[in-house]
Amino acid sequence: MAVENRNEGLLARYEGPAELLAAARKVADAGYHKFDCHSPFPIHGMDEAMRLKRSPLGYMVGIAAFTGAGLALLLQGWTSAIDYPLIISGKPFFSYQAFMPVTFGLAVLLGAFTAVFGMLALNRLPQFYHAVFHSDRFARVTRDAFFISIEASDPHYDREQTRTLLLATGALEVEDLTAEPQS
Amino acid sequence: MSSIHNQEQQWIEGHPTFGSLTDQVSELTEKKASRTWYIALAVSSSLTVVLLALIGYLVTRGIGVWGNNIPVAWAWDIVNFVFWIGIGHAGTLISAILFLLRQQWRTSINRFAEAMTIFAVICALVFPSIHVGRIWLIYWLFPLPNQMAMWPNFRSPLLWDVFAVSTYFTVSLLFWYVGLVPDLATMRDRAKTRFKKIMLGILSLGWRGGNRQWQHYEMAYLLLAGLSTPLVLSVHSVVSTDFATSVIPGWHTTIFPPYFVAGAIFSGFAMVTTLAIIVRKVFALQNIITVRHLENMCKIMLVTGLMVGYAYGVEFFIAWYSGNIYERFTFLNRAFGPYAWAYWIMISCNVLVPQLFWFKKLRTSIPVMFVAALLINLGMWFERFVIIVSSLSRDFLPGAWGYYKPSWVDVGIFAGSFGLFFTLFLLFIRFLPIIAMSEVKGILPQAQAGADSIPHQNHSGRS
Repeated sequence: MAVENRNEGLLARYEGPAELLAAARKVADAGYHKFDCHSPFPIHGMDEAMRLKRSPLGYMVGIAAFTGAGLALLLQGWTSAIDYPLIISGKPFFSYQAFMPVTFGLAVLLGAFTAVFGMLALNRLPQFYHAVFHSDRFARVTRDAFFISIEASDPHYDREQTRTLLLATGALEVEDLTAEPQS
Repeated sequence: MSSIHNQEQQWIEGHPTFGSLTDQVSELTEKKASRTWYIALAVSSSLTVVLLALIGYLVTRGIGVWGNNIPVAWAWDIVNFVFWIGIGHAGTLISAILFLLRQQWRTSINRFAEAMTIFAVICALVFPSIHVGRIWLIYWLFPLPNQMAMWPNFRSPLLWDVFAVSTYFTVSLLFWYVGLVPDLATMRDRAKTRFKKIMLGILSLGWRGGNRQWQHYEMAYLLLAGLSTPLVLSVHSVVSTDFATSVIPGWHTTIFPPYFVAGAIFSGFAMVTTLAIIVRKVFALQNIITVRHLENMCKIMLVTGLMVGYAYGVEFFIAWYSGNIYERFTFLNRAFGPYAWAYWIMISCNVLVPQLFWFKKLRTSIPVMFVAALLINLGMWFERFVIIVSSLSRDFLPGAWGYYKPSWVDVGIFAGSFGLFFTLFLLFIRFLPIIAMSEVKGILPQAQAGADSIPHQNHSGRS
């Protein structure tokens, strides 16, 4: 039995970065939250225009880096001073000075892993299904096109009113994001 | 409204649009490979086979097949390790330090410079791994619980090296991949065949270019740059402590960490320049990698070359000023002893050749900078040879002196490492975008139109 085509949102195309930025401000002012501005490159000022909070990634990486440093000190201290103490060129078993390079290295390593995988987690990537991919036009976003997408799950979403809003913000064209019927 | 951006000269020539730039870079991976590419790949992969075969020979026969002897127990193996790891440093400098310094010109060269870093570190890792002799016990380098209940010695610089270099490799790879994701998405959206669509679809993780993604992405990029900057400075510093913490005259000096880092950046930029000159010519990327980009790289070579020259001078001064007779002998021996030829190759290539770049005419001439960069690569290899071999061959007691000559296996493995490097590089330029498209688009004048933060905001409203 064929399921009726489901509207998952709207996709509006804009002329360039300046137009996208201006439109983003208006969409955010209209109270929408489940919308996104798609562009081939990051646009300066877009975070403020969309009223986005600062990314928490810096704090995550900071915590991870200090954890890495702490773990490295534990590893080196425990193996060198507790589990199998060996006298090596008369240095103390817990030679914290000599432990610094590895401590630093593991701090950077954990920090970098957190930066990358934390970024992917915050962005919910990998995500191979998204409403915007229903649009054929959307393939141009990684080339030279600028879009705003608004998802149908947004509480303010109304297919007609939202379309009117997008056209009023200077959209060149607005299209429905419709899921393909499943057999 | 065309000549608005005269306040700051543009880095990308020919006024490309977002679309034409995408086409220009993506098409390199989409059209059929040229005959030259196949010939180059055939040569470099044959050399890689030589490398693998000689490693097999080395492992079965032992490191006696090298020219290493006592007193020169470290020779080409460690020279090549330091040489390759140093080359990697320019890629990280371009991707991280120039990013933090907001140097827009980095966007044209960062992608392949980062690729160069990764491939150079792979080549570098070959050497210490086979140098240990019994490679099947290589896991002893890592703190893994084992039946002997033994742990690595964390007070040894050789162990620091293991952590520094493996961290460096991992972080460089992560940094490179993060940078690639938006460009892989571009290739995904252009892909024609089903196989390519699926492969690129998986690799690009479902990237949508939404600002909610860019926001975290840019933060991640900034953080990675912030982490890589001290990391790259620490890696060659740690490498230098392998030498500096020993008591060998000529090694036991405090100048080593900054001296090695400057040398690494110097040699790395020479390699980036060499590759950039070839790549821009072969792929007609002269509008993206302009002469001004190359000129900037020459300036960095001049600065780091002066630092290296200064370090050579200070070493000599301290050898005399310290009053240590062994130290003094070592330096006189370097300049006038049996390895004097290597020393003077080093001085001519690393100190004299970069002086050419004082002159604008010479640092904007492609043939001059190509030859100069090759000579600097050569000179930096000899620098490591001089430091390692000349110091070891004559240390304290004349009765323990010796002379080192490489064997054919040494030469073959070194040549093979170039094969490995160029094989990886050729595969990279064939299958991945060699210019960071999303970053270059971000510095085009039409990308700035929307920004409030851009100083020259004298547009008369385009709509």
